[in-house]
Amino acid sequence: MLSKTQYLELDKKIAPKSNEARTLFLSFVIGGLICMIGQGVSDLFKLAFPEMEEKMIGEITSTVMIFLGALLTGFGIYDRIGKHAGAGSIVPITGFANSVVSPAMEYRSEGVVFGVMCKMFVIAGPIIVSGVSSSILVGLVYWFVGLFQ
Amino acid sequence: MILTYLKVFVVGGAVCLIGQLLINLTKMTSAKILVTFLLLGVVLEAVGLFDAIKEFAGAGITIPITGFGSTLAKGAIDGVKERGIVGALTGGMRAAAAGLSAAIVFGFLVSLIFKARTKV
Repeated sequence: MLSKTQYLELDKKIAPKSNEARTLFLSFVIGGLICMIGQGVSDLFKLAFPEMEEKMIGEITSTVMIFLGALLTGFGIYDRIGKHAGAGSIVPITGFANSVVSPAMEYRSEGVVFGVMCKMFVIAGPIIVSGVSSSILVGLVYWFVGLFQ
Repeated sequence: MILTYLKVFVVGGAVCLIGQLLINLTKMTSAKILVTFLLLGVVLEAVGLFDAIKEFAGAGITIPITGFGSTLAKGAIDGVKERGIVGALTGGMRAAAAGLSAAIVFGFLVSLIFKARTKV
């Protein structure tokens, strides 16, 4: 029997050195490119609808990027990019879409309700819970501070 | 124009690079990475730094999940301004509704239409 530390040491020795420098470089390039695409989508809508308020442009941009992320995940392209790009494909909003679609597709065979609908939130759940809770906290603090001004 | 896109590329790339560094150094899973950057966005918005970064980097900071965090926090703050303490509860979700709804409906449709393929 191996202790946990022994196992981890052994694991370090045996595990293939995933070319860390390469992944770092690619995460930078792919992450940057995805953001540039987002900027392009936003600029296009600004050009097409000059009257539109900025908030709505932002909403449309997120929606388009999430749609693209979900679709590319459906075609199996996004996960292939992710294999090389690491965080470059996880951190952008397209990665959030990927984190919704990927488990949902994987568990499709367990049915629509318990497979797709439940597993959609395996990764997105923590994001929604922490995001909504922290936003409420921010709102409460802002309200409380406002009481004394 | 080119300079704008260069700034978007560099800042967006740098945010993702920091994420990859975290993965390399701490073996964080993607869920934890996403939550970390989301909370970073919430904090940056809450202390009022997000707008300055956004002014400089545009989509470089709004397309990463930090943008989603900022939307939530800004929504809660604006909610308080307009509707008092009730706005603190409702503002975040209201502001983030587009992103959340899009992720849910597109995610649902795509997973119904496409068949899972074996992981490459």
